[in-house]
Amino acid sequence: MDLTPLELVIAVIVAWLAIGTLGLARPHALRFVGRVLFCAGAVVGLVLAVVALIAIGQPPQSTVLPLGLPDLPFHLRLDSLSAFFLLLLGAAGAAISLFSAGYFRSGEGTAPGLLCFEYHVFLAAMALVLVADDAYLFMVAWETMALASYFLVTTDHRLPEIRRAGFLYLLIAHVGAIALLLCFGVLQGGSGDYTFDAMRSVVLTGAWPSVAFSLALFGFGAKAGLLPLHVWLPEAHPAAPSPVSALMSGVMLKTAIYGLLRVAFDLLGGQLWWWGVIALALGLVTALFGVVFAAVQSDMKRLLAYSSIENIGIIVAGIGLAILFKAYAKPLLAAITLTAVLYHALNHAFFKSLLFLATGSVLHATKERSLGRLGGLIHRMPWVAWLALVGTLAIAGMPPLNGFVSEWLLLQAFLFTPTLPQSFVNMLVPLAAAALVLAAALGAYVMVKFYGVVFLGRPREPNLAYAHDAGPFERAALVWLAAGCILLGIFPVNVIATLDPIVVLLIGSGANIPADNWLLLAPINEDRSSYSPLIVLVVIVGVVLLTVQIVHRYYHGRVRRAPAWDCGYPLQTPRMQDTAEGFGQPIRQVFEPFFRIERELPSPFDSAPRYRMRVHDRAWRALYEPIAKAAEFLARIAGLIQQGRIGVYLTYSFCTLLALLVFVR
Amino acid sequence: MTLAGVLSQLLQVALALALAPLLVGWVNQCRAWLSNRSAPPLLLPYRTIRKLFTKDAIVAEGASPIFRVTPYVVFGAMCCAAAIVPSLATDLPFAQAADAIALVGLFALARVFIALAAMDIGTAFGSLGARREMFVGFLAEPALLMVLFTASLISGSTSLPTIVDTLAHREFAIYPSLAFAGVAFTMVSLAENARIPVDNPTTHLELTMIHEAMILEYSARHLALIEWASALKLFNYSCIGLALFFPFGIAPGGGDWLATMGAAPALIGKLAIGGFLLALIEALSAKMRIFRAPEFLGTAFLLAVLAMLVNLLLGS
Repeated sequence: MDLTPLELVIAVIVAWLAIGTLGLARPHALRFVGRVLFCAGAVVGLVLAVVALIAIGQPPQSTVLPLGLPDLPFHLRLDSLSAFFLLLLGAAGAAISLFSAGYFRSGEGTAPGLLCFEYHVFLAAMALVLVADDAYLFMVAWETMALASYFLVTTDHRLPEIRRAGFLYLLIAHVGAIALLLCFGVLQGGSGDYTFDAMRSVVLTGAWPSVAFSLALFGFGAKAGLLPLHVWLPEAHPAAPSPVSALMSGVMLKTAIYGLLRVAFDLLGGQLWWWGVIALALGLVTALFGVVFAAVQSDMKRLLAYSSIENIGIIVAGIGLAILFKAYAKPLLAAITLTAVLYHALNHAFFKSLLFLATGSVLHATKERSLGRLGGLIHRMPWVAWLALVGTLAIAGMPPLNGFVSEWLLLQAFLFTPTLPQSFVNMLVPLAAAALVLAAALGAYVMVKFYGVVFLGRPREPNLAYAHDAGPFERAALVWLAAGCILLGIFPVNVIATLDPIVVLLIGSGANIPADNWLLLAPINEDRSSYSPLIVLVVIVGVVLLTVQIVHRYYHGRVRRAPAWDCGYPLQTPRMQDTAEGFGQPIRQVFEPFFRIERELPSPFDSAPRYRMRVHDRAWRALYEPIAKAAEFLARIAGLIQQGRIGVYLTYSFCTLLALLVFVR
Repeated sequence: MTLAGVLSQLLQVALALALAPLLVGWVNQCRAWLSNRSAPPLLLPYRTIRKLFTKDAIVAEGASPIFRVTPYVVFGAMCCAAAIVPSLATDLPFAQAADAIALVGLFALARVFIALAAMDIGTAFGSLGARREMFVGFLAEPALLMVLFTASLISGSTSLPTIVDTLAHREFAIYPSLAFAGVAFTMVSLAENARIPVDNPTTHLELTMIHEAMILEYSARHLALIEWASALKLFNYSCIGLALFFPFGIAPGGGDWLATMGAAPALIGKLAIGGFLLALIEALSAKMRIFRAPEFLGTAFLLAVLAMLVNLLLGS
């Protein structure tokens, strides 16, 4: 049997749907669902990753499925861009499914079988979004994805705040979907043909391309969490079970990136330079905003959600830069930037999934999400802690792990800029580079806070002493993701060679990064810049081992354990360590204008003094509350004509008829 | 990669390892003179390190392996950094594996590890130090990168040997962009090396500590490695400064042994002057409150960005 990759992808989608349906058959059989169905889902994900990896280098394939509405069949197409995001979905999805196999417990909320159904429908919908080749199928899959993830977010639907978070997510998802619908309406350009092929051939004139791009940026930005449409992210991620958060943050946000790339580079023929400037500015503002807010969070999943906003900001800023370069006919620079963007998307899928899954293990072991009640888990949960350390260092952009590679590439692209024809843009780009670097450095702050408070130090609560390490399935998933972080960091040249077909597809020419020397990553040429993570790793490890050898050989290696010295202060309690609030306090002070801070200070005469402080997002009061009020106001006006008596409604009909008779005839 | 290159590479790292404590001793001596105290011996840092190596290590109860690994990682990262920064010659094969951005990454790696180790014990001072160190770092790191970017824009390369080669072989003139970058770099180096006015390396008052608060729990060989790594860090920063702003005397690539050897006295001379100036800055300024540090480092960051813009505007 000789199947094409596209047929295999369809088979994967069908398999996921079938697995989900099997879950419905026995909704309460926890062991069956976990050990059999989720594991099968993981295997299917792995198959998808392999198929996608093969398909990246192959020419596009398309097919038409006789499904959908009459005269409106589903068009599917698998090109390198789709294949890359399918690879991301498969690789991260496999790990998350494996983790889920050991994660879900029966309890309150959705039954495991139902959960399994929603989960696999979610996966299948994401895969379908990535292979959709007409606006109709794309929107159907996009909405299925939104709905499935909504139900997953509200797994614990008995809690009112989780229902609220889910509703907010659904609302913003649909506002974005409306923009996408309009965007596709503009893109078809009056031809009435909604296949992507037709959109590629339509030449839009005047302001229409810009309208389409703005709508796409808005619609996909709502899904990705761009400012100011980010508000659902920090609500929905903590509400969802951890594997779902990982899937949403690691993979679903990337479908929005996929959509943006598809519209901006593939469906829209020519790009204008100022689109790039807008995306760049929006991305950087989002990145800075996300990281500053992440630094002041005290809930570990909210912290990671804000960190996702930061990373999406970096990715969108990169897309903006690529558009800028492409508009100025600098294909080589555009190609390098786009390579960095895709690389970062892949990296983020790995390390963010890893960290979200690690928080899931912590949550299971301790029943605690607040950073202020954790601590010292590295002793109780060594597997999770050490694997999370890999993710932490990777996301903080430490060489030689993967986060550093994509940041390095992106900075290289920024440094090449001064060849642009417009001096205004020329000035802008270094400023953008400065903002990017600042966001990256703050990212390290955030991750030190996250890791230090959760895993290091002494347990802040006595019950943490009973925390248990993750089970075998969870461990395997974490190992897979951590290995991904390391390998993506150490072999950048091979990864970039794999990404090349996508860049060629979107830009027209590749990044020309020589792939023959797999050890040395050198865009343009070696004199300009080069980086070899493997050599750096080998040298650091070599120096460390050599030092250990020398020290232990020439000096005795005796170690004595004693209570912590701490300058001789007696009576050390775990409560004296920095809390999450304490660790974030300098950032709160420096970036005070960013936040709306609510303080509750005790008066001097309080017998039981209380100090409370909450940090709020300004977007709520500045943007969302006025919109909500306006919507309410309009609804009230509309309510005036709604009298609830049949006589009144008949009068309305009568008046309408009269008006029609007078004006239309 | 040539044999001569590898040898000059190793020679440079060995020199850095050997000279780094001397530089610290020299700065301490200058400081003492400038404040009218009798100076400690020049070789005191070596003796301290030797003494520390021979002692029994005490590790706090509840310390995880991260605590014990960190001194080695920090030391390794600083050795790597010493191999990248051209101090004697620009013929550095290892510099191909890590450019200026990777150098900043190595510094960040060391900082993150030492901050994690400080939080590992779970004492009040440890986490205080970690928080402050990351706080200083998040502004200092971008400023340092911007300084390096300015130099890379001039030379069209982010590889440090190429930057130094380009800068050393230009006609002597004062470039406004480099002047801004130089001021920014000085401020960043003060902050990154835990010097007055941001931190005080000789402080005994815990509440004002940054770097010292993080390493309070270290003893014996771990402390020795950390101290040596801090000295190496100071040495590396000095060499970056010398390489970017006073690159004269550094031997060009090509494996010329005489030139490489001849670069050593020049380097030592420049370091002596630099160390004295560092002591002078420290003697003349007062330590500032920790919350003044963002202003200080923000200024450095803005100056560095300004340097980049000036570079683009004036083309120099």
